[in-house]
Amino acid sequence: MSEHTAVDTNAEHHADPDVVRKTAIWVFLGSEVLFFGSLISTFLLYRTRIGDGPGAEVFDIPFTSVSSFVLLMSSLTMVLAHHASTRKDWRQMRVWLLATAMLGMVFLAGQVYEFTEFVHEGLTVGTSPFGSSFFVLTGFHGAHVAVGVILLLGTAFMSFAGRFRPDEGMNVEMVGLYWHFVDIVWIAIFTIVYLLQV
Amino acid sequence: MSETAHVHPTPRDYWQIAGVLFVITAVEVAVAYIEALDPVVAPILLTLSAAKFVLVVGWFMHLKYDLKRYRRFFYLGLAGAVLLLGGTLFTFGVLIGH
Repeated sequence: MSEHTAVDTNAEHHADPDVVRKTAIWVFLGSEVLFFGSLISTFLLYRTRIGDGPGAEVFDIPFTSVSSFVLLMSSLTMVLAHHASTRKDWRQMRVWLLATAMLGMVFLAGQVYEFTEFVHEGLTVGTSPFGSSFFVLTGFHGAHVAVGVILLLGTAFMSFAGRFRPDEGMNVEMVGLYWHFVDIVWIAIFTIVYLLQV
Repeated sequence: MSETAHVHPTPRDYWQIAGVLFVITAVEVAVAYIEALDPVVAPILLTLSAAKFVLVVGWFMHLKYDLKRYRRFFYLGLAGAVLLLGGTLFTFGVLIGH
């Protein structure tokens, strides 16, 4: 094989870095689906094992519905941030990224309030298998939201600091995919853990 | 659609999808409280939840418009989760009687 042919063959195998990164995040998200699937399975197994503690009657559906709405709207602001980045409208992108981070923080504040109320009503992580599986599932989801907020703020501040090159719109898409994933997990949790237990 | 085609919805589409998501969530909450629907509440809620899931994944995550290979990886994880859910509930709920 000549040197020229070898170079051409290598070039054919050099994949688009953006496609590689997006493939990696979709593989990661696929594995995360399995992770949350196992936690939801555990909750469904233990949902009736409340022991001496309270069960699903402590859930405040109207309050959690508002939290769900907040998280759904954060997906809208996230997709608008991504859309702005594809147009290279960095100012708009920063506005929507910060709006998304703010909505994420509102959701987290709601979760902290909800957890505090549950503890006051006697439902803790150690009360019963129901309590353990509920707090582990929703707690892990909350941790994912917190990581998402950090990524959103980091991306926005990188842009503010001028460390965001015009070709780095892909970063916003990566953060966006992660954020939307957090949203779809909550769609499942809200229905399976909250609404179906009422 | 080819492997490389990229057709993105407009911001107007995104706002409309957000409106639909809001309406579905409101219907879900209403359905959960209507006692007459108790016998069919689970399939209704799961269907509505699946509709929200498809809207977010398809449009907001662009999976409907993006490369097919991304879809494969994500659906593989999803299929694994469904199998895991079914397997766990069947094993511990039926076979072992947990």
